[in-house]
Amino acid sequence: MSELLRLTGISKRFTKSVDLAGRIANVLGAKNVPRVVHAVDDVDLVVSAGEVVGLVGESGCGKSTLGRVIAGIHPPSAGAVFWEGRDINAMDAEAQKAFTLGVQMIFQDPMSSLNPRMRAGEIVGEAPRVHGFTDAQGQRAYVDALFQQVGLDPEYKQRLPHQFSGGQRARIGIARALAVKPRLLVCDESVAALDVSIQAQVLNLFMDLREQLGLAYVFISHDLGVVRHIADRVVIMYLGRVVESGPRAAIFGTPQHPYTRALLENVPRLDARKRRFVTVKGEIPSPLDPPPGCHFHPRCPHAGPRCSREVPVKTAASQGHIVACHLADGGVD
Amino acid sequence: MAGPVLAVDNLATHFFTRDGVVKSVDGVSFEVKPGEVLGLVGESGSGKSVTGFSILGLIDPPGRIVGGSIQLNGEELVGRSESEMRKVRGKSLAMIFQDPMMTLNPVLRIDTQMIEAVLAHDAVSEKAARARAAEALGMVGIPAPEERLFAYPHQFSGGMRQRVAIAIALLHRPSLIIADEPTTALDVTIQSQILAEVQRICAESGTALVWITHDLAVVAGLADRVAVMYAGRIVEQGGVDDVLDRPCHPYTQGLIGSVPGAHPAGARLHAIPGSTPSLKHLPQGCAFAPRCTRADAACAVAPPITMNQGRAYRCFHPAAQAGASA
Ligand SMILES: Nc1ncnc2c1ncn2[C@@H]1O[C@H](COP(=O)(O)OP(=O)(O)OP(=O)(O)O)[C@@H](O)[C@H]1O
Ligand SMILES: Nc1ncnc2c1ncn2[C@@H]1O[C@H](COP(=O)(O)OP(=O)(O)OP(=O)(O)O)[C@@H](O)[C@H]1O
Ligand code: SF4
Ligand code: SF4
Ligand SMILES: [Mg+2]
Ligand SMILES: [Mg+2]
Repeated sequence: MSELLRLTGISKRFTKSVDLAGRIANVLGAKNVPRVVHAVDDVDLVVSAGEVVGLVGESGCGKSTLGRVIAGIHPPSAGAVFWEGRDINAMDAEAQKAFTLGVQMIFQDPMSSLNPRMRAGEIVGEAPRVHGFTDAQGQRAYVDALFQQVGLDPEYKQRLPHQFSGGQRARIGIARALAVKPRLLVCDESVAALDVSIQAQVLNLFMDLREQLGLAYVFISHDLGVVRHIADRVVIMYLGRVVESGPRAAIFGTPQHPYTRALLENVPRLDARKRRFVTVKGEIPSPLDPPPGCHFHPRCPHAGPRCSREVPVKTAASQGHIVACHLADGGVD
Repeated sequence: MAGPVLAVDNLATHFFTRDGVVKSVDGVSFEVKPGEVLGLVGESGSGKSVTGFSILGLIDPPGRIVGGSIQLNGEELVGRSESEMRKVRGKSLAMIFQDPMMTLNPVLRIDTQMIEAVLAHDAVSEKAARARAAEALGMVGIPAPEERLFAYPHQFSGGMRQRVAIAIALLHRPSLIIADEPTTALDVTIQSQILAEVQRICAESGTALVWITHDLAVVAGLADRVAVMYAGRIVEQGGVDDVLDRPCHPYTQGLIGSVPGAHPAGARLHAIPGSTPSLKHLPQGCAFAPRCTRADAACAVAPPITMNQGRAYRCFHPAAQAGASA
């Protein structure tokens, strides 16, 4: 498979300014300074054409931020993004446009990303007309075809977003993204708000579109069941860093990182009845103040002295299976 | 043998809105035995929360319980006044919500709130009440409970706040807790910690639990029995293994078929066609008929409850496995 997107050493930092209470305290002599959140910290990632990469982790670990960097919405603070092998900062205007249209993002809550006063047909038809995928005459047929592709009756083109159910709105968001013929869809919790019977319909649609159009996906989800179902490759994040990534079979079959193992053990499963819930101790630390060394060490049952001192490096456990843990790199002592 | 802690019989709770009557709960019956965990599952709008609120006596106009009976330890709750219900709520009947701030007051310290909750039902000294509050916090796994009592809710993480809400629910050792999606907003590792605590506490104290959720997998891990709701009715209920491994009702089958984890990776999910109906425009007869592959002319009247070897379902054409499960 040919490489579509490559991220190398991507970091994204946000500065949290001092709040009012802090500024008042500063007047009285306190030393509150703006704090930096490392939302994404030195991430490498490759997405091949037609591939589904699942991005998993608990809240605040940086999934959405990474998704936005991939979609070109956030410029990274460090690192480089390559589209079909070319650095996006060293591209001519035409190549840049191909990248911008080539990656489309689908958000969690289609209601808030759809203009409430625009009719569904216009929401889907606007971008392809602006970017010359169709003209005024062809637009009608173009939009009808898109509606059919995502399983919506073209009759519904005249409706406003609030006149649709949650599942139908998700389909409109998908049709809008497809309208500019992307090669990569970044789906950020795109099925999280849907009821399971509707979620299943939309997941089936994603898989059909992949087959028909050869689309690649970065599929962001906190739901490991969904990711196991849809992804070829899985990336596990914790507090801004990738702790493990690899083919689906490796991540679910022979997980190496203690955090990945803990996540897998903690996920409720239909076939695990009246189970004893095993737990990881402790809470997810604040991204404002992550623990030194390996971010997971305060919660890790295997942590040793090295874990709080040194950031683990990315080590290959097997072909394409990367883990960032001292256990895989010389031990924890 | 002791009777059920909770017996709900033919409960109907309707909302009389300007543009029509919403039959949110319509003919719901179930029982919960001491120490038992009942999982009440269904998709959004199916009537799970309204069922829970009805039991707690928390239905406000334009809503009203229009029929049926709710017995807690043999005593009828339907028709009681608000002041009578207040004596029951928080004492023998407690609740936990998805948002712990439904229980917690943001401007009061935890100790103020917990001591008040103890004194609301028991005439003990403030010192004794404080000791009980600290003990309850310890039970739900909050470290250094005596110190944490001095904190305000905003000083806790979401998971910790939910633990405090659970501790408050436990203060009077209730015989029944109604939990409405209490872990839905939490991360998996935190959800797991809370499920483990709740499971341990209920097993130790014999507290019965009604766990409301849309997540079948959580129910699988926690519940003894499962009731599946659709459009205001329980369409199927029974033991957790029966319902999840040998579902009778086409809707239960569809729900299970929709869960990605139950399929080989990449396989098509057996999604249910169509979408959930509006409760204002329910079809005549079986509410599931427009989405059901087994629907026929018989389904034009509402299916009655069929009892079959410890399970109950509302369907004219249940899956054949039903009888074979014994
Ligand atoms: N625009 C922003 N300004 C400041 N901080 C931000 C911004 N966007 C994200 N962050 C911070 O970066 C961290 C990662 O956030 P992000 O939204 O990427 O996490 P996530 O993994 O998508 O979480 P969730 O599962 O809750 O959606 C968080 O600590 C968040 O508060
Ligand atoms: N105050 C109200 N006025 C009118 N209708 C209401 C009111 N409260 C609830 N309903 C309706 O009752 C039905 C059942 O709602 P309920 O909150 O019990 O659903 P649920 O199963 O808990 O769903 P969810 O999973 O989304 O929490 C819904 O159709 C809802 O719109
Ligand atoms: S590096 Fe150490 S603390 Fe981190 S996951 Fe590995 S063993 Fe645990
Ligand atoms: S009663 Fe008829 S329509 Fe309803 S679930 Fe059974 S077979 Fe389907
Ligand atoms: Mg996010
Ligand atoms: Mg609810």
